[in-house]
Amino acid sequence: MTTMTGPLVSVEGLTVDFPGRDGDVRDGAVRAVDGLSFTLAPGAALGIVGESGSGKSTAAYALLGLHRGTGAQVTGTVRVAGHDVQAADDATLRKLRGGTAAMVFQDPLSSLDPYQAIGDQIAEVHRLHRPGTTRRAARARAVAALDRVGIPDAARRARSRPHEFSGGMRQRALIAMAVACEPQLLVADEPTTALDVTVQDRILALLRELREETGMGLVLVTHDLGVAAGSVDELLVMKDGRAVERGPLRPLLHAPRAPYTRELLAAVPRVEERRTPPAPAATAPEVLLEATGLHRTFGRGRHAVTAVDDVSLTVRAGETVGIVGESGSGKTTLGRMLVRLLDPGAGELRYRGQDIGRLRGRDLRAVRGDLQMVFQDPASSLNPRRSIGESVADPLRAAGRLTENRIIGRAKELLERVGLDPDAYHRYPHEFSGGQRQRVGIARALAPEPRIVVCDEPVSALDVTTQAQVVALLAELQRDLGLALVFIAHDLAVVRQVSDRLVVMRHGRVVEEGPADEVYDHPRDPYTRGLLAAVPALPPAPAGPADPGLAGPAGAAVRRNAVA
Amino acid sequence: MTGYLLRRVLGALVVLLALSVLVYALFYLAPGDPARLACGPRCNPEQIAQVRDQLGLNDPVHVQYAHFLQSLVAGHDYSTGTGVQHCAAPCLGRSYQNDLPVTDLIVQRLPATVSLALGAMVLWLLLGVGAGLLSALRRGGITERLVTWLVLAGAATPVFITGLMLLMVFCAQLEWLPFPSYVPLTEDPEQWAWNLLLPWLALALLESAKYARLTRSSVLEALAEDHIRTFRAYGVSERSLVLRHALRAALPPVIALTAVDLGTMLGGAMLTETLFGLPGIGQLIVQATRTVDLPVVVGVVLVTGAAVVLANILADVLHAVTDRRAALR
Repeated sequence: MTTMTGPLVSVEGLTVDFPGRDGDVRDGAVRAVDGLSFTLAPGAALGIVGESGSGKSTAAYALLGLHRGTGAQVTGTVRVAGHDVQAADDATLRKLRGGTAAMVFQDPLSSLDPYQAIGDQIAEVHRLHRPGTTRRAARARAVAALDRVGIPDAARRARSRPHEFSGGMRQRALIAMAVACEPQLLVADEPTTALDVTVQDRILALLRELREETGMGLVLVTHDLGVAAGSVDELLVMKDGRAVERGPLRPLLHAPRAPYTRELLAAVPRVEERRTPPAPAATAPEVLLEATGLHRTFGRGRHAVTAVDDVSLTVRAGETVGIVGESGSGKTTLGRMLVRLLDPGAGELRYRGQDIGRLRGRDLRAVRGDLQMVFQDPASSLNPRRSIGESVADPLRAAGRLTENRIIGRAKELLERVGLDPDAYHRYPHEFSGGQRQRVGIARALAPEPRIVVCDEPVSALDVTTQAQVVALLAELQRDLGLALVFIAHDLAVVRQVSDRLVVMRHGRVVEEGPADEVYDHPRDPYTRGLLAAVPALPPAPAGPADPGLAGPAGAAVRRNAVA
Repeated sequence: MTGYLLRRVLGALVVLLALSVLVYALFYLAPGDPARLACGPRCNPEQIAQVRDQLGLNDPVHVQYAHFLQSLVAGHDYSTGTGVQHCAAPCLGRSYQNDLPVTDLIVQRLPATVSLALGAMVLWLLLGVGAGLLSALRRGGITERLVTWLVLAGAATPVFITGLMLLMVFCAQLEWLPFPSYVPLTEDPEQWAWNLLLPWLALALLESAKYARLTRSSVLEALAEDHIRTFRAYGVSERSLVLRHALRAALPPVIALTAVDLGTMLGGAMLTETLFGLPGIGQLIVQATRTVDLPVVVGVVLVTGAAVVLANILADVLHAVTDRRAALR
C-alpha cells in the first residue's frame, strides 16, 4: 500500500467540458465542472451536494479518471493517494480504480452485470487487484465481503444473479465489491437515491460502520442534504460546476454563508413541518371518489403477486389525500385503479355515486376527463416527438368539443396557468428542464378540466428547489380550481406538506389512515413509526422563509427564477 | 425452466399444425387438377377418375386433411389398382413424378443440406461475430473500416458470383481444392469437409455481414450500459469488458438471428446447392416446383417449417441458459 504524507485526495482547478454534437464546441457544449478545488485527508468524509446539473457526479467521476476516452475535456490536477489521475498511464489507472479508490453507483439494479453471479463479479474484481489469488480464494473473499455487508446466507446468495436480489441487497453487493479490494477511498455517487427510506437508513449505517472499521475516506455525492448530514464531516456545496461553499458540516448547516446554500436548505421538505395553512373544513364537502375493498393481482398461479389487497378510500372535493409507502407497497397500482388506467380485480369504485369500476368504452370515456393523472417521470411520460403544446392539446382534441383554434388557445392558457411561456407551445420536451416538463404534465392533466388529479410521485425525480416549486403550484391550482388531489409519494416530508389526510400502505394493504398531522405526530402503527424514524434528519431550517413550499413570497420568488 | 421449455414445445406444435393446414391448402389453391397431375399427361378421363378415387380426392376437404394428418402420424396404405403399397409412419404422400414416397426423397436429400447449413453457420458465426467484436474493440480505427468494407463486399456480392470466384481461384487456378462433389460424412469425414469447404465459405461470406453489424452494434450498446461502467471503475481492462461482460449481453440477438437463418437454410440453399452440385433439399424443391409435384412441395415446406420452429426453440433455450431472467418472463 502507498505510504502517504499528504492528503488522500487533492483536486486543483478541475474543469470538465463536454463537447457538443460532433465535437463542435458551439453546438451544445457544456462546462460541467468549472475550476473546482478541494482536498480530503486520509479517513475523512466529504459530502458533495447540489442540484442535478451542478457537476457533482462529474467531479466524482474525475477522481477515478472515468472521463478518459469519453470525449470529455478535463483540465486541472486530480491526485488520489499520491497518483496523478490525469497523467497516469492505463495500467496505473486500472490499479488505482478499485484498488485504491472504489466507487459505488446510484442505481444498484443496472450497476451489476445481469448475466453473472454476484459472487463471481466480486471475485473477478478482487483477483484483478490481488494478482495470484486463486479462483477459490477469491470466491471465499467475495462470500466474506457479502457477509460483512449484511447479506444473509452469503455463501448461497453469492451464486444469485442480480435480479434475484432486492434493491437494498444489490446496493449492499456493490458496497461489498468495493470493500473486497480494501480501498483507501470510497466514492459513492447518490448511493441511496433509488432506495426506500428504511433501506437508505440501513445502507448509510453500513457505510458509517465500514468507515470506522477500515478507516477509509469517503466522498459522498448526493442531492439530499439529509443524507449528507448523517454521514460526512465536511460539506462542499456545488452550483453550476463551481464550489459555492465549503466547510465543516454543523457550522455550515446552522449558519450557511452563501445565499444559495440557504436557498437549498430552505427548500428541503422537513417531516416535522406542518402543512400551512390548515385546510378549511366548514362544511363536509361532497364525496367524489369512493373505493371499497379494491383488489388487484398480477400474474397467475405460483407467480401471482397481490399488489393491492382490500383497500378502501374516499376522496372529497377539494381535499388532498396523501398515500405513502415503500416501493412495492401497491401505491402506484392503487392510484392507477382510481383513475381506471388499471381495472380493479375486485371491489367497488364509485365516482359521485356512479359505479365506474366496470364501465367500458363510451361510458368510461365520459368520466375519464374528470379523473386525471400526473406521472412520476416527466421525461418519459411526454411524447418526445410532439411539441409540449400538442401534448396539452391532445386531451382537448380527444374530447372533441372545441374547434381547432379554441383548442390551441386553451392549451396556451393552460401552459400559462402552470407558469410556462405560452409561446413555448411549439417547443419540444427535451428543450425543458425536469421541473418545467412536470409543469407540462400538470397542464396536460388539467386540460379536460378534471375534478380529481392523481399525482404519482410527481416530484420524486426533481431537485429539492424544483420540488418546492411544483408542490407550490399544485397547492395553488388546488385552491383556485377546487381540485381534489391524490398525492402518491415515498417521501414523507413532501407528502406532509400537501396532505389533509394520509394513507400509509404496506404490502398492498392500508396500515394506517387519518388526518395528516395526527398520523405524523402520533403514529399508531409500528410500520409508520419505523418509516418516520428512518427519515434522515436535518437541523432546523436556518433563518429565512419558514414555509418555502407553499405560496409564500419566497416560494414565489424561487418559482419566478425557474420559469425565467 | 422445465415449465418454460414445455410451454415452448407446445407453442411450436400449435405453429406446426397451423402450418400444415396452410400448406395443405396448396393442393386446392395450386392451378390444375391434382388427379390429372398425379396421373400424368397421357391419361384418359377414366384413368384420371380412378386416380382421383385412389388419392381420396372425392372425400370432403376436412376428411382429406384428417387422412393427411393420420398418414403423417401412423403411415398409410395405398392401393395402386393392382396391389397395396405401404407408406411408413411420417408419410407425406408419394411424388407425382416418380411415385417414390416423399419422406424417402427428403431423407435422402437431408444430409447434404444439413451438412451445408451447419458448417456454414459455424463459419459465419466465427467470421461475423469475430469481425463485429474486432470493430467494436477498435472503433474509429482503420481496422474497423477495413472490416466493415470486407464484410459489406461479401454481403453485396451474390452467392453465385462469390461461389464461382472461389471455384476459379481455389480449384482451377491454385488447384488447392478438388472441384466439390458431395461425399457423405459417414463415408469419409475428411473428404466431406474438404469438398464442402467452398460452399460453406460462399454462404458464410454472404451471411457474416449481418452478424458483424449486429454483433458490433449490440456490443457497443452493451458497452454503454451502467454495469460496464461499474467494472471499468474497478479497473477491468477494455478487453475483458468486451469479452467477459459486453459479449454476453450482446449474444441474445445473435442467437435469435442464427435460429432464423439456420432454419431457413435447412429448407435448402437453392443457389449454393445448384452451383456446387450438392444433392440437397434446395435442388429437390426447385425440381418439384417446376413439375408441380405437389406432394413433394408440401413435404419440403413442412420439413422446412419444422426446422425453423425447432431452431427457434433451441434459440429460446440457449437464451434462457445465457440469461436466466428470460425463463421467468
